[in-house]
Formats: sequence, C-alpha cells, structure tokens
Amino acid sequence: MTIAILALQGAFAEHAATLDRLGVDHFEIRQPRDLERPFDGLILPGGESTVMGKLLRDLELFEPLRQRIQAGLPVFGTCAGLILLAKEVEGGIPCFGTMDIAVRRNAYGRQLGSFYTEADCKGVGTIPLTFIRAPYIESVSGGAQVLATVDGNIVAARQENQLVAAFHPELSDDLSVHRYFLTMVGG
Amino acid sequence: MLKGGVIMDVTTPEQAKIAEAAGACAVMALERIPADIRAAGGVSRMSDPKMIRGIQEAVTIPVMAKCRIGHFVEAQILEAIEIDYIDESEVLSPADDVYHIDKTKFKVPFVCGARDLGEALRRIAEGASMIHTKGEPGTGDVVQAVRHMRAMNAEIRRVQNLQEDELFEAAKQLQVPLDLLRYVHENGKLPVVNFAAGGVATPADAALMMQLGAEGVFVGSGIFKSGDPAKRAAAIVQAVTNYTDAKRIAELSTDLGEAMVGINESEIALLMAERGK
Repeated sequence: MTIAILALQGAFAEHAATLDRLGVDHFEIRQPRDLERPFDGLILPGGESTVMGKLLRDLELFEPLRQRIQAGLPVFGTCAGLILLAKEVEGGIPCFGTMDIAVRRNAYGRQLGSFYTEADCKGVGTIPLTFIRAPYIESVSGGAQVLATVDGNIVAARQENQLVAAFHPELSDDLSVHRYFLTMVGG
Repeated sequence: MLKGGVIMDVTTPEQAKIAEAAGACAVMALERIPADIRAAGGVSRMSDPKMIRGIQEAVTIPVMAKCRIGHFVEAQILEAIEIDYIDESEVLSPADDVYHIDKTKFKVPFVCGARDLGEALRRIAEGASMIHTKGEPGTGDVVQAVRHMRAMNAEIRRVQNLQEDELFEAAKQLQVPLDLLRYVHENGKLPVVNFAAGGVATPADAALMMQLGAEGVFVGSGIFKSGDPAKRAAAIVQAVTNYTDAKRIAELSTDLGEAMVGINESEIALLMAERGK
C-alpha cells in the first residue's frame, strides 16, 4: 500500500511522520509528474486552503486529482484538506467540491481561537482533537455521514471514499484516525 | 500551518489582497516595509492598530504584525486585537537592549529572528513558537540569511554528534537551556519551525533558502518594491513548493520585470541583525 501526500504547503511532513510510525509507504505530490507513480490513497494536509487551491491549478494538478477522487480514490482531508473537498465553502471558494458537505472557514475565529479537546469519533473511538484556525462542517447532505461533533458542530465526516477532519490527527501521538483511513484504502 | 509557505510584508489592504491571491500563506501587516524603514531612519514602532485591522478585514489568511524587541505592551496590544502571530522584530527599533519579551505569558504565538543556534534556543526558551533567520531586512541582499541558515544547520549537526556528557558544556557555551539542547541533540532540528527571512528578492533566492533547509520563507520588501508584485509573488510561492525543480524555477524566473534595486551588505551603516542577541 502506498499513500500520496499533497505537499504544496502546510503540514505534509507531519502526515509523513505519522505514516512512518504506521510503517506505510508514502511519497509527496508537488507537480504533475509525481502522479505517474502508482498510489492507493491520497492525503490532503492542513495548511492554507487558498494557497493549496491556487497551487493545485497553477501546477495543473487540479483536474487529474479531481478525476481520481471522483473515480473512487480513497482521500483523507484534514483542516484545509477538508475545505478542498467540500462542495460549499462559506467564506471561500470550493476547490474539488467532491463531498456533500457545507463548511465554514476559520469557523472558530483567529489563531487565538485554536484549542484542544477530546471527542468520540464513530468507528474510531475517543480521540484527541487539535484545532488550529479550524473550519467546521455546517451541514452534510447526500451520501455524507457525520463521524464526530464538538459542541454541536460537525468536525469529522465520511462519504464513501472520502474522509475529512476539521482537526489535526497528524499533530497528536494517536494513530487511530490514520488507521481508520488505511482500512478505507485497504478495502 | 504555515510550513512550506510564503509570508509577505504588506502595508495596505490592497497589497494584502494581492498577496493572498498570489498564494501567500500569511501576511505581515506593517506601516512601512523594511526598505522604507531603513530609508526613513528615526525610531520605528508597532503599526497603528487601525491599519492592522484594515488588513485583517481584507484577507482570510493569518495576519502577523511586529512589535519592538522587549516591548511587551505593544505585544499586549497586538494580542488584544487578535493578531494571529506576533513578530518580536529586529526590523523595528528595540525597546529593551537587554531583555526580550517573556513570550510564555501570551496566548498568541510569537516568531523571532535568530542568527545562530544559541539565539534560536534562547528565543524558544522565552516562548517563541517560530524562528526566522535575521537576514538584513530591506536590502534585497540574501547573503546574511544564507550565512544564518548555514551557521544554524552546521551547529545543529555539531550538537547532534556530541556525546551525552558533552551537552552540559555545550549548553554553557551556547548560553541555552540544557533541555532544549538535548532536543536538538536527539532530533537534529529545532523544536519549532525555522523560516528564511531578510533579503529574499527572487524565486531563485527563495528556492536557495529552501534547499539550505528553510521550512518556509518571509518576503519583505522584495515583492512590493519590484516592478510586477503580483507576478513575482506568485512565482516565489511556486518556487518554494518546487524548490528543487530547476527547470520550473527557470520558467518562474523568466520575464518577472524589475527586481528591487537592493543595497549591498557592505554599503549599509545599520545592521538590524545586531539587535537582540
């Protein structure tokens, strides 16, 4: 099993370190020729969604990746990665728009609104949650299922091959959310 | 979540929007960019909160602002207006020539300049959660940022290779806390991110700093002192993402218009990097 990590900007190295701990092969995607290598799943890391959205288009990665996600490639988006997959984005422009969720960017306010908590995540268990200038999901529709909520706001969801988290599992020592994603990849 | 990104100096909401559209992962709000601070001389202070708020309203990416070294009240003001990061910056006139701000007292994260490992670990001990090189601001001359990045990485490699019982003496020589030095010894890197800053003017400069080990880049005067800021800003963002791809950087460097004129290191009287040690 090989996982590709979108490495245009943000916390890609932290996801790589998490996959190292799980003993899973991975490589970085920075330009179209990186897509020639075969991979079974894709991670869209946290960072700035405006930066990644622009670079995806400038570097001509947008269309090939969108097609693969739509064709069923397992994908895991954290924080900004969640925003990239959302169909509706309050305070921003949708990017891939492949997942039936409506999200609010910077939903908890500025950097001072960053926080840590724990919550139950369906199919995963109780996990630590680190939120940094995080978005949350305002509503799900179609095939999207809620996996976790904090104070009534949706912070994790899944729709078939797509998994999203508003928090940063790659910044904690807990590996369970990544393990959950790997079971989606492994089938 | 700024890693692998470019942070750009802006002085107006319009510039902030250009920077965001070009792919900046954050902007630094300040009244005058370093090149103009240098030209104007006199005492340089924290920006007017009204000006900073204008920029906070103009963009959705994080907004940073600078306070003077040691001026904890300027920092309190910046925290009160919910700035995303505070740069305790050598670019402004220092307010305290002995003490830096006790950054552990703040909820807002701080970024500080450092020329070498000792400075970096002292700032981290004081609570900084991000470090940048202290390349000479407002010059367009990358030589000092290169010198600091190389010095930092050479010292990190040296500390990595020390024996456990040699760390005590090394901590004494570097004037840093032992626990932070142990972290460097065990992990071969700083406990926080290290960005390049000072004198970056071209996509090639940005890629050079990334290849030397920077985890992201600050660009100050280099963008809005150039002929075509939007194009240059976007090119620098792409060069930071694909910093080892020479063919792409060649394309990105093509037809960018006038770069900032710049001042050579040996032509300047005031070395801002000497501020705060």
